[in-house]
Amino acid sequence: MTLETTRHLKHDTPDRDRRLDGMAQGVIGTDMDRPEGALKVSGQATYAAEAHPESMAHGYLVRAATIGRITGSNADAVRAMPGVLHVLEDERMIRNAAQGMAGESPVQKQGRSWYVGQPVACVVAESFEQARHAAQAMMVTIEPDGTHVFDAEAEGAEIETPEKKQVSQGDLDGAMASAAFSVDHDYRTPSMSSAAMEPHASIAQWEDGAVTLRGSYQLLRFNKNELADVLGVSPDKVRILSPYVGGGFGSKLGLAPEAVAAALAAKVLERPVQVVMHRRQVFETVTRRSETKQRIRLACDADGKLTGIGHENLVSQLPEETFSEPVAQGTHFQYAAPNRVVGHHIARIRRPAAGSVRAPGEAVGVTAFEIAVDELAKKAGIDPLEFRLRNVPTEDPETGKPFSSSTMEATLREGARRFGWTHTAPRQRREGEWWIGTGMAGAVRVNMMIEARARVVLTGAGVRVETDMTDIGTGSYAILTQVAAEMLGHAPAQVQTILGDTDLPPASGSGGSFGAASTSTAVYLACMELRERLAAKIGVKEGELTLKDGYAIHANRQTPLSEIMGEEEWRALGHLKPGRAGQDVRQATWGAIFAEVAVNDTTGETRVRRMDGTYACGRVLNLKTARSQCHGGMIWGIGLALTEALEHDPRDGHMVNRDLAEYHVPVNLDVPQLGVHFLEERDDWANPLQAKGIGELAICGSGAAVVNAIENACGVRVRTLPATLDQVMEGLIARG
Amino acid sequence: MRAFDYVRAGDTGEALRQGAGEETRFIAGGTNLLDLMKLEVMAPGKLVDITRLDLGRIGETDEGGLRIGALVTNSDLAADARVRRDWPVLSRALLAGASGQLRNKATTGGNLLQRTRCYYFYDRGEPCNKREPGSGCAAQGGMNRILAILGTSDHCIATHPSDMAVAMQALGARVEIEGQDGAREVELSEFYRLPGDTPHIETVLAPGELITAVILPPPAGGRQVYRKVRDRSSYAFALVSVAAVVTVEEGRIARAQLAFGGLGPMPWRDARVEQALIGETPTKALFDRAADILLADAKGHGGNDFKIPLARRTLAAVLTQATEAAA
Repeated sequence: MTLETTRHLKHDTPDRDRRLDGMAQGVIGTDMDRPEGALKVSGQATYAAEAHPESMAHGYLVRAATIGRITGSNADAVRAMPGVLHVLEDERMIRNAAQGMAGESPVQKQGRSWYVGQPVACVVAESFEQARHAAQAMMVTIEPDGTHVFDAEAEGAEIETPEKKQVSQGDLDGAMASAAFSVDHDYRTPSMSSAAMEPHASIAQWEDGAVTLRGSYQLLRFNKNELADVLGVSPDKVRILSPYVGGGFGSKLGLAPEAVAAALAAKVLERPVQVVMHRRQVFETVTRRSETKQRIRLACDADGKLTGIGHENLVSQLPEETFSEPVAQGTHFQYAAPNRVVGHHIARIRRPAAGSVRAPGEAVGVTAFEIAVDELAKKAGIDPLEFRLRNVPTEDPETGKPFSSSTMEATLREGARRFGWTHTAPRQRREGEWWIGTGMAGAVRVNMMIEARARVVLTGAGVRVETDMTDIGTGSYAILTQVAAEMLGHAPAQVQTILGDTDLPPASGSGGSFGAASTSTAVYLACMELRERLAAKIGVKEGELTLKDGYAIHANRQTPLSEIMGEEEWRALGHLKPGRAGQDVRQATWGAIFAEVAVNDTTGETRVRRMDGTYACGRVLNLKTARSQCHGGMIWGIGLALTEALEHDPRDGHMVNRDLAEYHVPVNLDVPQLGVHFLEERDDWANPLQAKGIGELAICGSGAAVVNAIENACGVRVRTLPATLDQVMEGLIARG
Repeated sequence: MRAFDYVRAGDTGEALRQGAGEETRFIAGGTNLLDLMKLEVMAPGKLVDITRLDLGRIGETDEGGLRIGALVTNSDLAADARVRRDWPVLSRALLAGASGQLRNKATTGGNLLQRTRCYYFYDRGEPCNKREPGSGCAAQGGMNRILAILGTSDHCIATHPSDMAVAMQALGARVEIEGQDGAREVELSEFYRLPGDTPHIETVLAPGELITAVILPPPAGGRQVYRKVRDRSSYAFALVSVAAVVTVEEGRIARAQLAFGGLGPMPWRDARVEQALIGETPTKALFDRAADILLADAKGHGGNDFKIPLARRTLAAVLTQATEAAA
């Protein structure tokens, strides 16, 4: 008998039951290995481009080298090239990837090239090599459609100032004028790329008017609607499969041009079509992190108590995109001060589209802000750790809402203790050519929940978890397995977790660090439903039922679940909807990051020698994958601080260094041993698991710790990131 | 990638016969050529695979130097005990380049012939005189952080990306070349050409000629330093690199052989810099004078202006290290 029941939760109030703490299996929170890890390291996990359906053809995207109206092409000549099956010039092709959670088509081609690098055609051939060669031979004629601006700070850039995104409380100008100490500087962060290891790839196949797309995506339920909207079909005619995703970091939130090209071409050719983007195409067509210019004003009194905060930002974006980098997202609540200004300005320019990249907002906003805080602490003559401790907010300073949990002080104190923080003046320590210094920063990131569904199936033989959730390398397979194993009393090996298929119940997807907590809660709800049914069948209250190792334990009796269940299969659906709990309080995650660097007095090269992060992000579901997330975030911080910058040509905005040789993500040698420590907490407002987001927190602020350490080492303050050696060297020369 | 013919040569004679045609390229490790072919920056009609040729050995020469076969991999050369002992600057330069995986594939001959990493050279959407003679140089007026300050022309400001060749230049290596008309040897210092108005012609190799070996002169002794300054700790091309072979005798510099990477269209060596050092007492002022000579004609293009002070400071640090250690 198969009966599926649903347990809904609209999360309006804190859940103080903390049921996970009362379970007996003992796997939640452990450093359990990923269940799919062996498949991945032995090459058996099939990523998007690794399926090879029979008679599959290969498509290769054609890039616009200029901006304007598309008036023609040499498609006829290309069609005659060896192996070419089709030249797709469909107006429905999309100009860039969809924004995260758009759920609808991004801007479509419609005869225009909006930016240099836009895909404007796709050549499909029998072999990949034929398709690539023919695509490289394709010439698309583009008539210029006027003059454009390519730099947000350039003369003539069209600037939008959305009213809803401006905040002004009190009198910041007055606070600045009467401050004992103040800083007022412009900080800049560069255009950046997610640079996920797996390039975007899709294989599309049509059958009976329905398309199945095997792709590499983060938010399948949204991606399904995006593809349906692009194609003009009903969403129930679209199925997306993404069982394994080789890194996302935001770049796979929204449907990207290769998926659309594959689907359109497969329809025409009536055979499966694969389109894999070249690394250089990924850089250009998938949303990047906007560059930012951040004017930060800070005022404090003689005791170092902040009296004024100003954070006015300029970001860039292509016309007609809804997203803009929410730079000040953390500024709204990280520090208290009565006089506050947040400004948000968007320059509409013709660089490739911007979008969410790991920790949109705080990654760059907290980083610049935490550099400014360091500058003010220094001016006030106060240890930057102490300065922050004096400015811990007791409530959301902008709205007056309480915090769901406030761990800022705890992370600062514990982080400092672990690192052995002592504040020193700059230029105190020298080893040969190298100046040695230390720096620190606070980290903060908003916490979000997203609607999620998951099915849990219980049989006498074990447990199966089914949801369209994705695992983008983050550990979803592991933690969903652990939640089900813990709640239903099974060894993890008895739990099978099936992900990445839109035929399964729609989950939150992976993004915004909301995936783990949101979808785990859906799994938890389904498990609670099954526990109730088990308890009812045995005749006990659910709260008195202990499940462990496949046994139900109650009243000193131990009964195998196989005996209780017999041949039955029980199915339960968990459905989480965010509610007032996300609005009545300010939910966030907190951290403190400390770094020691060496700066070369000759060349200005910086080497990070030590880095330690202490984070509070609710319950940790899997210690190993959580720690890996923080390692990744801290390494991103090193990249943000020292190496990563997408360079845009000043004459046409195109990305100049669009490959992994010249876009410098940190390499092993750039990364020292990283310390990661979690302050376990139970945030009851977050969800019934008390778990919060982790993935993005560790990037927020970690770059600032490095930049602050550079100043402490050699006395050079860098305000334009990354702190490349030439900037530091010029600072050293200026100091003499 | 354009479709191409592929031939595997069994010996040098066959390679030379097969390599004689237009649009033909030799391929060994392929670590640069294949990337460029995929992008159709290079589109040879025929590849002659030379990996089966007997050019994979390192032997000693009668004069006490080394003869390094063109197919010796970067990894093997860097690990060779003789190189590590007597020509350590070469080993260090090799290990400063690329990654372990690439060094396992990359060969000595191929390394000398790798193409520039100029962004615009790699981008068929942009003009580049080196890729497409006469089309223009987008790097001037564009992003040129990584490009050259010495030896450039109005037509090209590309750098040569090799580390290995910089050390070989400092060591005074010679290149052994074979063509259908016979063998010849060329000083490495004469091997590369300045861009002038023909930046697409990078060396004195005639079409169809094959590098068969690099000859190192007898050990120079002294203090040997390779210092590479770049945008991350590893796996990045040099912004500035300095290879130095320096001997100090009785407080004075007796020998100074210096070559520079990241500055010019070829591994840069300037005899005037060395002459200014020889016979002098090593001081900060002397090193500054050497830098003045080196950089007298240096020209920045905006994004790479910083290379001028960076080269000056790096040279001084290297000379300090080389002379202090020897003192």
